[in-house]
Amino acid sequence: MSTESKDDGRGLWWRFGPVVTVVVVVLVLWYATAVGLNSAQVIERTLSAQPGWGAIDLIRLTLSMDRPVLPAPHQIALDLFDSVFGWPLDSPRNLLYHAAVTSSATLLGFVMGTLLGALLAVVIVHSRTLERSIFPWIIASQTVPVLAIAPIVIVILGSVGLTGLFPKAIISMYLCFFPVAVALVKGLRSPGVMELELLHTYAANSRHTFWKLRVPASLPFLFPSLRVGIAAGLVGAIVGELPTGAQAGLGARLLTGSYYGNTVQIWSALVMSALLGLVLTGAVAFTERALTPGGKR
Amino acid sequence: MSSSTASPTVEVQGVSVVYPAKEHTVTALDNVSLNISEGEFISLIGPSGCGKTTLLRVIADLEQVSSGTVRVNGMSSRDARMARAYGYVFQAPALFPWRTVLANVCLPLEIHGIAKEQAQRTALEHLERVGLNGFEGKYPWQLSGGMQQRVSIARALGFEPKLLMMDEPFGALDEITRDRLNEQLLRLWEREKRTVVFVTHSIPEAVFLSSRIVVMSPRPGRIVDVIESGLPADRTLDIRDTPEFTRIAHRVRVALQDGHGGEH
Repeated sequence: MSTESKDDGRGLWWRFGPVVTVVVVVLVLWYATAVGLNSAQVIERTLSAQPGWGAIDLIRLTLSMDRPVLPAPHQIALDLFDSVFGWPLDSPRNLLYHAAVTSSATLLGFVMGTLLGALLAVVIVHSRTLERSIFPWIIASQTVPVLAIAPIVIVILGSVGLTGLFPKAIISMYLCFFPVAVALVKGLRSPGVMELELLHTYAANSRHTFWKLRVPASLPFLFPSLRVGIAAGLVGAIVGELPTGAQAGLGARLLTGSYYGNTVQIWSALVMSALLGLVLTGAVAFTERALTPGGKR
Repeated sequence: MSSSTASPTVEVQGVSVVYPAKEHTVTALDNVSLNISEGEFISLIGPSGCGKTTLLRVIADLEQVSSGTVRVNGMSSRDARMARAYGYVFQAPALFPWRTVLANVCLPLEIHGIAKEQAQRTALEHLERVGLNGFEGKYPWQLSGGMQQRVSIARALGFEPKLLMMDEPFGALDEITRDRLNEQLLRLWEREKRTVVFVTHSIPEAVFLSSRIVVMSPRPGRIVDVIESGLPADRTLDIRDTPEFTRIAHRVRVALQDGHGGEH
């Protein structure tokens, strides 16, 4: 019993020790940087007026500014907490509301992007000619910065009366489809000569070969690309919210924060989008595990 | 003796397979003729590059002939393939890792449009025949190499083909596993009297399994000798220690050396 619990204790440390250490180091560095970056303003605005100030005063003031250059972690955490729990869910002051707006654009864009990527991959795998004519465009599309594309998409779609969710989803799709298309092309081509010949000896038609061999063989390639795709799609949705003068969404929140020099608000929106990214990729990973049969590895 | 009954299961007439290459063309098979009757166990043996696998692939319509004709069950090899006349076992098990053992054996049956329930019943029967009952729910990676190859044999037998073609199916296995599988394969053949065409480069394996041994030689690939084996059908591995077995093995070895010697 006692040895078991001792082992457990050591196991816990082995498991969480490195994580905790990294978090502590990051926090310490963050606080030190915050003091360093904010001190110039604090000294200029407040401390210069009161002679005889010490290090304690400096640290206290640099970590509690209204508009610091770099807010301290606890300021961000408090702002985040206040926004999430201090306001009703449908209030524009609640970050969860903005996260919901952004994630609905992300999810719609992700679904459209995955379908587009899959369609392109199937077309490319079936025809060398189409591969040669389509693939360069796919590559080229990703070399254009999304920041340049986003306003164009929004203006064009706005001129035909499409506003709100859909244009953002289009931008999200634009970033999503690429990893999916590339991974699926590789995955659909992954079956070896022997597997293909095996089906050949069964006199299988191309429909059988596609559904019974190529598609299942491509799944291990598909899922990692979906995780990349949904994270890229989130970036696309946030970028899509920047030029619209959008009222809602994490991108709009970032933009208003920077308009008013409200750095704490920017940082809590950033943290919220990071959390949202984790939740979305986690959801994809969970789906992957649920859909992968007990086999593999 | 049995070769006179009706038309042969496999009829290879003057078949050549030539691969064009930049420098000089490669002749994988040069004017090869061979008849295989129903119920025979034929081994194709020879050093690598002698065209034994090419000959098997030509019969299976996995490779096209440059000249000559191949007929399987009186049909062209393509028609025979489309009629699902044969089962083919590759050098590697080629099981699909995302399918369970049972689902792997069901694969050809699914493609042939057999109802799921019927397919599973048939698949279970064949798994039992290769001694794998109880393993149907496992995934391929949970099985040893020998078991995986037995699954692939069950898969090839699943739709009851009259003709079974095997391309060095046990080549990658250790000798002990290989011996056991050889014995199981022989029992299977003895029971069901399917026609088997078996490619190998092991003399003991060929002599132990076959009713006729076709010895081939390389550059260009051709048949140098066909050796009838009169060993009793109910033989076990022990027969390898008998003078009769040694005599046949010796003949095969001499034929292989002659084939090779004639080249130089």
